[in-house]
Amino acid sequence: MPSSPTAKGTRPSAGGAMRHGPGRVLVAVYAVLGLSATVRGTYQVLFQFSEAPLAYLLSLFAGLVYVAATAALVRATPRAWRVALVAVLVELVGVLTVGTLTVLDAADFPDGTVWGEFGRDYGWVPLVLPLLGLAWLRRTRPTRPTR
Amino acid sequence: MTPVLAWACGVLALAVAALAAVVTVRGRRLDDRLLIAVAVLETALLVQAVVGFVALALTDRSVDGVVFGSYLVTTVLVPPVGAFWALGEKSRWGTGVLLVAALTTAILVVRLEQVWSTGA
Repeated sequence: MPSSPTAKGTRPSAGGAMRHGPGRVLVAVYAVLGLSATVRGTYQVLFQFSEAPLAYLLSLFAGLVYVAATAALVRATPRAWRVALVAVLVELVGVLTVGTLTVLDAADFPDGTVWGEFGRDYGWVPLVLPLLGLAWLRRTRPTRPTR
Repeated sequence: MTPVLAWACGVLALAVAALAAVVTVRGRRLDDRLLIAVAVLETALLVQAVVGFVALALTDRSVDGVVFGSYLVTTVLVPPVGAFWALGEKSRWGTGVLLVAALTTAILVVRLEQVWSTGA
C-alpha cells in the first residue's frame, strides 16, 4: 500500500523513501544482484549439481534472499521493512560466514558462490550491500505509533 | 558473434554510464539526451542479440547455449528496465539507477563475450 503523505519538511515519509531517492539506486543494485545470483544458482543446480552441491545450493539460496530483500525494499510497509531487515541480516551473516570458510578451507567449495571469498566474484558487492542496506533501513525505520 | 559487435556494445554501455554519471553528479534530471543514448545502446544490443542467436545456431564449436542465450536476452532487458525504473524518480537518484543499469550492461557484455570465446 503506497503511503503518499510526505512527512514534514523535505524528508520523505518512511514508505516513500524506500522507493525514492537513494533507495531507488539501492533497490536497483539489489535487483541486479538478486537476478544474477538466482539465475546463476538455478542454472548450476539444474545442470551441474553434482560438481559442487553445497556451493550451488548456497548460491541459489543467496540469490533468493537478495530477491526477497529487493521485493521487501520496494514494498514500503512496516512489515516489508522487517522482512527487508531479516533478509539483509541473513546476507551479512552469510557473506561473512561463507567468506571466512572459503578463505580458511577452500576444499569444501570447489566452485565459487555468491558469498565465496566475501563476494569476490561479484566485485565485493555482496559484502558492501548489506551494510548499505542496514544504513538505509535505519534511516527509513517506520515510526512506531501510526497516525 | 563478432567481437567487434560486443566491443561496440560494451563501449556504448560505458558511454551511457559516463553520461549518466555526469548527469547524476550535476544533479540534473533525466533528459532526452540521455534517453536517446539509452535507445542507441538498446538498438545495438538488439542487433547483437539477433546476430548472437544466429551465430549460436550456425556454430559447430561447443558453446553453452543456455548460458549464452540467457546473457543475450538479459542484456536486451536491462537498459529498458533501468530506464523505466529511472523515469519514476525525478531527482538525481533516477539517473543513478540508469548508471547502475549501464554498468550492469557493460559487465554482461564482457561476460557474454567470455562465454562465446571460451565456451564456459
